[in-house]
Amino acid sequence: MYRSHVLVCGGTGCTSSGSQQIMVKLRDELGKQGLSEEVSVVQTGCHGLCALGPIMIIYPDATFYAMVKEEDIPEIVSEHLLKGRPVERLLYDETVTPTGIKALSDTDFYKKQHRIALRNCGVINPEEIEEYIGTGGYQALGKVLTEMTPDDVIQVLLDSGLRGRGGAGFPTGMKWKLAKQNDADQKYVCCNADEGDPGAFMDRSVLEGDPHALLEAMTIAGYAIGASQGFIYVRAEYPIAVDRLKIAIEQAREMELLGDDIFGTGFSFNIDLRLGAGAFVCGEETALMVSIEGNRGEPRPRPPFPAQKGLFGKPTILNNVETYANIPQIILNGPEWFAAMGTEKSKGTKVFALGGKINNTGLVEVPMGTTLREIIEEIGGGIPNGKKFKAAQTGGPSGGCIPTEHYDIPIDYDNLLAIGSMMGSGGLIVMDETDCMVDIAKFFLEFTVEESCGKCTPCRIGTKRMLEILDKVTKGQAKPEDIDRLEELCYYVKANSACGLGQTAPNPVLSTLKYFRDEYNAHIYDKKCPAGVCKALLSYYIDADKCKGCTLCARNCPANAITGSVKNLHVIDPEKCIKCGVCMEKCKFGAVYKK
Amino acid sequence: MKTLEELKAIREKMQSQVSMRGEDHARTRILVGMATCGIASGARPVLNKLSDLVQENHMTDRFSVTQTGCIGLCQYEPIVEVLEPGKEKVTYIKMTAEKAEEVYKEHLLGGHVVQNYTLSSADIK
Repeated sequence: MYRSHVLVCGGTGCTSSGSQQIMVKLRDELGKQGLSEEVSVVQTGCHGLCALGPIMIIYPDATFYAMVKEEDIPEIVSEHLLKGRPVERLLYDETVTPTGIKALSDTDFYKKQHRIALRNCGVINPEEIEEYIGTGGYQALGKVLTEMTPDDVIQVLLDSGLRGRGGAGFPTGMKWKLAKQNDADQKYVCCNADEGDPGAFMDRSVLEGDPHALLEAMTIAGYAIGASQGFIYVRAEYPIAVDRLKIAIEQAREMELLGDDIFGTGFSFNIDLRLGAGAFVCGEETALMVSIEGNRGEPRPRPPFPAQKGLFGKPTILNNVETYANIPQIILNGPEWFAAMGTEKSKGTKVFALGGKINNTGLVEVPMGTTLREIIEEIGGGIPNGKKFKAAQTGGPSGGCIPTEHYDIPIDYDNLLAIGSMMGSGGLIVMDETDCMVDIAKFFLEFTVEESCGKCTPCRIGTKRMLEILDKVTKGQAKPEDIDRLEELCYYVKANSACGLGQTAPNPVLSTLKYFRDEYNAHIYDKKCPAGVCKALLSYYIDADKCKGCTLCARNCPANAITGSVKNLHVIDPEKCIKCGVCMEKCKFGAVYKK
Repeated sequence: MKTLEELKAIREKMQSQVSMRGEDHARTRILVGMATCGIASGARPVLNKLSDLVQENHMTDRFSVTQTGCIGLCQYEPIVEVLEPGKEKVTYIKMTAEKAEEVYKEHLLGGHVVQNYTLSSADIK
C-alpha cells in the first residue's frame, strides 16, 4: 500500500518531451532515498495541458509539476515526497498564488472544463484493467447485460440526445436502432479511430489514456444491436495507442470481459484491431469499411447505409472514439444526467484540441454551448505575445473559419453549421492578426488535394483547380474574375463529390471568402498581403532612422542582398532578396520591416 | 470473471487507491510533520501507518494523508494535524504508530478528540 501516487503523463505529447526518462529516473531516485515502498509511480494518459509537458501530478495533495526535467527529480523526491515541501519553482505557475498552492481543479484551464469522455485520462494507468474497474469501469456493461434489454439500451441513448462526435453529428441511438432492426446472421460494431484532421488528437488521447472505456462501450453496442464481433480501425501512426489497445484487449479477454458468455449471461463479443496506413479518406465510413475488408480505401455511394449493408455486406454500426467514451457514463448516470448538459439540440460535452496561436495548447472538454471566447480567452489562456484574435478554424479540412464577429456564439453542431463551419472532430486552430486567411485556405486545400482518393472527378480535379487559383492569389497573379470561378467551383465540388471528403473540401475556401473577402481583394487588386505572410507580395526594407549600422543583418543574410558598412545605413537589394526574414529576426533595433 | 460480485470485489479493492487521486475539498486533511525534526523523531512510521489505515478501510474519499513541513515545535515532533472542514484544527504531538492508530479509531472514525495526545494538553508556556 502506497501513501502517495506520482502520476506521470505517458501520452504522445509528454512521451515526446521525455516523460519515459522521467519515470525511470523517478523510480531510481525513490529507490535511492528508500521510498519505493511508500510512493508509487503511475503512468497515465493525457492531462490535456500538452504545452507544459512532461507533466507530473503528486497525490493525495494534487500538486502539479510542469515541464519536469530529469535533473529536477532528486529535489522533488527529497523535498516533496519525503518532507512534503512542494518545489514551488517547478510547479505550474497558475497553481502558485501568494496565499499558497491552488488545487489544479481551480485553475482557469480546468475550472470551466467538464470531463466525461476524458474523465480517466491522466487519472488511471491505462495498462491496468484493475484501475479502470476501480473507477467504476465495466459496471455499465454489467448493468446492461443483467438488467436491460437491447431496446432499453437504445432508448437510453435516444433519450440522452448523444450525437456522433466524429463530424456529422448523427444521433447515436438512431444509428443503433436502425442496425438492430435489420436482421442478419452476423452484424458488426466498428470504431473509427482513424483520426485524420490536422490538429485533432482527442481520440488518440482516449485510446492512450482510457482504452477500456472504448472496449466496454463497443461491447454494450454489440449487445444492443445483436453483434458478436467488433473492429477498431486505428491509424498505424498512433503506436502508443495501438500498444495500449492491444494490452487492454488482452487483459479484458483474460478477465473474460471480452469473449464467450460474458458475466455468465450467454452474450459473447470479441474485438479485433485493424491498422490503417493513414489515408485521410479512410476516416470516411464507407471507405473505412472497405479498408477493413482488405481492399483499397475508397468510398462507395450511400445508400445502402452501413446499418443495412456495411462491413462484409452485413448490418454495421460505426461510431468514433469520443462518442463511445461517453456511453458507459450515460448508462451509469442515466440519460437525464447527460441531457441536462449542453444546448437544446446538442447534449453533453465536446472535446476540443486547441492549437495554433494560443497559450494553453492541449485538450479541453467543455459542455456544448460554451462560447468560443470562453474556450480561447479563459481556458486556453488567450493569444500569446499580446496579438489580437482574428479567427478560429474548426472542423479541420472540412470546416471553416469563425471570425471575431462570432466570438460569442455558443458552440454546438447547429450553430457552427449556420455560420459556415462545422463541429468536425473538434480541432480548433486559433489564428491571430499575423495569419493570412488566403494562405490558411490554401493550406487546407493542399491537404485535401493530397488526400483525395481520386475515385470521383469533382474532388480529384475540382480541388486541384481550386488550389491553382488560390496559388495565383497568394502570388499576386490572380485576376478579379478568378474569384468568381473559384466560388463557382466550390459549389460545384460541394454538390457533386461522391463522399464527405469532397463535399466538405471547399468549406475552408467558402468561409474565408464569406468573412475575409477584403483580404482576397487586397491580394488581387492591391497586390498586397495585409497579414504579411504571402512572400511574393512582400518586400523587406530597412528603416533609415532606426538602423545603427551594426552589420548584423548583412552578415546573416544568406543571399548577400544587404549592403552597407559599419555605422552606416544598410540597404536591401530587392532583386537579390529571397524574403527569408532572417534580417528582421536578427536586427536588435527593430529597423527591418516588411510590407 | 463470471459474476457481477467478482467485478465488485475488484472495484472495492482498487477504489481506495484510485480515489486518492481526487481533489475533493470536503475531505478531512491529516498532515504529518515530515521536516528533518519530524523524520528524526520518527514521523515516517506514523505517516505510513495513517496512510495505510485510511486505504485499508476504504476511507480515501473521506481523509487525505499528506506530509507537511516544520511548524516550529520541533521538541513535540512527530506532530500530526487534523483539519476537518468547518472545525477547529486539532494538533497531536509526540505521536507513534500505535498512538496514530488510536487517533484514527477514536477521532477520525469516532469523532472524539484524543485529548491526552493533543498540543493543548501539553501545557506550553
